[in-house]
Amino acid sequence: MTDLGWWGVPIAVLGGALRVSTPFLFVSLGECITEKSGRINLGLEGILVMGAMTGYAASYTTGSPWTGVIAAGFAGLLLGTLHGLICSLPRVNDIAVGIGLMLFGTGFAFFLGKPYVQPKAPTLPAIAFGDWSSVPQIQAALKVNPLFLIGIALAFLLAWAFRNTRWGLVVRMVGDSSDAARAMGYRVNTVRTLCTAAGGFLAGIGGSFLSLYYPGSWSEGLSSGQGLMAVALVIFARWQPVNCFYAALLFGGAGSLGPALQSVGVTSGYYLFNAAPYVLTLGIMIATCSTRRSLAGAPGELSIVK
Amino acid sequence: MSKSIQPITRRTWIKQAAAAAAGVALGDGMVLRAFAADKLVIGVIYVGPRDDYGYNQAQAQAAAMIKKMPGVTVLEQEKVAETIDVQKVMGSMVEQDGATLIFPTSFGYFDPHMLIMAAKYPKVRFAHCGGLWTAGKHPANTGSYFGYIDECQYLNGVVAGFTSKSKKLGFIAAKPIPQVLRNINAFTMGARSVDPKITTQLIITGDWSLPVKEAEATNSLIDQGVDVITCHVDSPKVIVEGAERRGIFVCGYHANQSALAPKGYLTGAEWNWITPYTTHVKDAMSGAPFKNFLRGGLKEGYVKMSPYGKAVSDAAKKKADGIQAAMMKGDYVIFKGPLKDNAGKVVIAAGTSLKQTDPVLEQMNYLVEGVMGKI
Amino acid sequence: MALARTGLGPAAEALAIPVGALLAGVVLFGLFVAVLGQSPLEVYGLIYKGAFASSFSWQNTLSRAAPLILTALCVALPAQAGLMVIGAEGALALGGLAAAVTGHGLDGAAPLAVKSAMLAAGLLAGGAWVAIAAALRQYRGVNETISSLLLTYVAIALFNHLVEGPLRDPASLNKPSTHPIGAANAIGSLPGLDVHWGLGFGVIFCVAMYVLVFHTTWGFGLRIVGGNARAARLAGLPVARLVVLACFLGGGAAGLAGATEVAAVHGNANASLIAGYGYTGILVAFIARQNPLAIIPVAVLLGGISASGGMLQRRLDMPDATVLVLQGMVFMLILASETLYGRFRIFRPREAEVATPAGKPA
Repeated sequence: MTDLGWWGVPIAVLGGALRVSTPFLFVSLGECITEKSGRINLGLEGILVMGAMTGYAASYTTGSPWTGVIAAGFAGLLLGTLHGLICSLPRVNDIAVGIGLMLFGTGFAFFLGKPYVQPKAPTLPAIAFGDWSSVPQIQAALKVNPLFLIGIALAFLLAWAFRNTRWGLVVRMVGDSSDAARAMGYRVNTVRTLCTAAGGFLAGIGGSFLSLYYPGSWSEGLSSGQGLMAVALVIFARWQPVNCFYAALLFGGAGSLGPALQSVGVTSGYYLFNAAPYVLTLGIMIATCSTRRSLAGAPGELSIVK
Repeated sequence: MSKSIQPITRRTWIKQAAAAAAGVALGDGMVLRAFAADKLVIGVIYVGPRDDYGYNQAQAQAAAMIKKMPGVTVLEQEKVAETIDVQKVMGSMVEQDGATLIFPTSFGYFDPHMLIMAAKYPKVRFAHCGGLWTAGKHPANTGSYFGYIDECQYLNGVVAGFTSKSKKLGFIAAKPIPQVLRNINAFTMGARSVDPKITTQLIITGDWSLPVKEAEATNSLIDQGVDVITCHVDSPKVIVEGAERRGIFVCGYHANQSALAPKGYLTGAEWNWITPYTTHVKDAMSGAPFKNFLRGGLKEGYVKMSPYGKAVSDAAKKKADGIQAAMMKGDYVIFKGPLKDNAGKVVIAAGTSLKQTDPVLEQMNYLVEGVMGKI
Repeated sequence: MALARTGLGPAAEALAIPVGALLAGVVLFGLFVAVLGQSPLEVYGLIYKGAFASSFSWQNTLSRAAPLILTALCVALPAQAGLMVIGAEGALALGGLAAAVTGHGLDGAAPLAVKSAMLAAGLLAGGAWVAIAAALRQYRGVNETISSLLLTYVAIALFNHLVEGPLRDPASLNKPSTHPIGAANAIGSLPGLDVHWGLGFGVIFCVAMYVLVFHTTWGFGLRIVGGNARAARLAGLPVARLVVLACFLGGGAAGLAGATEVAAVHGNANASLIAGYGYTGILVAFIARQNPLAIIPVAVLLGGISASGGMLQRRLDMPDATVLVLQGMVFMLILASETLYGRFRIFRPREAEVATPAGKPA
């Protein structure tokens, strides 16, 4: 292995951005759909964990990691539908339901996932984009999982769909003004529930990435708030799917800054480095919001902006 | 509207509370004690999940073996936080389950939680893992047991030293506390006894169980050219699997993780907690006095090594076995002077030999020469 | 004469619906448990035994409820102002750290003064931290749910950095902590109980906040802001000040919880302080519908559920996540039951008697 010295840091950050960003990407894209329709789903943390567990269990039982991914998505779909249905009842607070779902999803996943901590399930393969280089570190950093590529494609697809398809317009209309949507004959609650379900599906897939690729095993400490961070990400990205992609990369890179710096010798203050993504988000939110044009681009019906 | 709601809620609650207190299940304590009247009831408390392929699993393995002993009932509770929680759990085990021997297995349970409970229940034995029990300072019904696993990390280091081609080793640690530093130093010294040019790169994750950080640390180290990794975190599972995936070697810790890394697992430092557990259980059953301070290494059977993996060369095996034999006889000293730390300062003077039982070692606060990192 | 339609009134409704949802949650949990092959009745019995059946279980329950009462206020008070703040955990951590530093720094002075100073330090630190989120919302338009969440992560990182670094007690080798506050400054238990004074502080704080929010002009203004901020502004209320103060009080409650944990349980600040009380407090606040008085019984209930988890683990070998599932189910059902308010005829308020002219059929 060649010694890269300080060059190791940006390469590691790049590698981290490509690796660690994928769950952020999927969860934030899912939440983007949900919030565009006017609902906020804080339960994504629970859906993420449930997806991780289901994906791992399914992959172990069937022997195919891709089945695991689909199963995880399906689990997320169910939980998302649950959220959507409960929130469809009048007078129910969607933020509170989200927190409840976070608790329930996590507890349920830990409960059912007990027998799967020990066994080793088959994991997802990676595509080596770095083989042009003879440097092993670059090869490792550019080893990309297909889900990452699917996520990028999905981000652009969603951006296009929101602008150009009828479905995208309906979702945006339901999210901006439920009265207008109702006047046009669309069932607001149905649209929102479907969007929340879709969001849950994507979040479940994001969770399966954690258990089936990186770090690649199921355990109870797998998620450290990625689901909640993704909700912050969506606001940070101003509800634009493509911005979600960039923001996810930023978060992934910031998360691997700590270990990368330590491995070249910068050892003090590792807790503070670990807090880098959160400080970054907070800083950018403070800088870009203002009381007048706060949350520009926010769907009008979103409960946190009303 | 809200004015009239609350008085009813409060009144109803008070009524309910009074009713419950009045209707305390009288036979509750008696029934529960009857269920375990003729057996020794043992309580084991874990800070994390039992099946973490690491620290807690090592304790649970010993508990599982104890369960098979006749005349013994073992009650386990996992994921108990190091707060008032564990005090209440211990109290619950004593009062509601009739436990008379309790194993609080996480370091943070010792002070003040276990000490408070021990003062409250002087007839119950509390056997803590890792705490620094001191005669005169701590109650007689408490005690601590621990193993000198740094002997095994030394052997890990020897094997790693033979196997490493890049001469760069990696160590992922949770927190820079003496027990961890001792392991880091022993590992490095073992490797450098094979080749003095070997260095160990240290990464501290900050907490005992952070899977994503541990995975990042593993990749980071490998990117820097490390080709043998070991660790001191609660669950080495992620690190072992990460190393295997990238095709480098790994030395295990806490428990045997060879199943997770068939190609890369060299050997591992494992706990053998059944030794102190058996001592305490037998003493409790026979009524013998409680042994307050139990320490031991390879010789006393408190720790053991995993079987060698495929990649270990014969030369490595021979050297490591030789040192292990010396340790089994009690002849081998790891920490002896002159020893310099990685800033150049002398930490053990020339001519001084620190035996494993020396309390100075339990206050270690330096990293030896050859470790790249700062605490 | 037409018969008047009598109703039980909104007070009964506010009690019956949550209790009904709670029972439904318990039944649902029983079904879940039955599907897994355990006997629901046995499970219920153990939960009761572990939580409420004996003096020991009651004290276990109350000990666990103590911090929850205060952290729930951190959600309930801003909620009265219309803000959704979930940063109790961070406020607790910083409050505990402030108390530990104060206690050690003042060690030697009269214990009563030191204890008061510790609690005050905790309250101020926690209050200030959550007030940041409120200020960000008022003056920069940053959503307070997200900012309080981010601030929690930052607070915990700061806490860990300080406890293991600059503020570390060199003697605390294997468990990095701050310097001990000293035995003289420890806060003891309530008279006759094995539960520390945190429970007392929590109950007093809740009652005080209840009076403040529902029986004072200030509180009335606060609730108007919570109902409709624009209308409040038009009415001339100092919206920013009310909001920030409400968040300061809420954060102060969480900080007080942290200070009590340090003073009564740990004796110093270390990583064990961060045990999820803040997140469970969110649950308590919502089930109590953000009402400070209702927080007390709800916290006791959740404390009881958490206390019984141990029994389920030890006797039935059920994973500790079982109580999480129970809490989740109950929570979801109580939230869903919000929709039932106003739907049941039996709770509709009394209608006046209708007097019909004599002789004509009603």
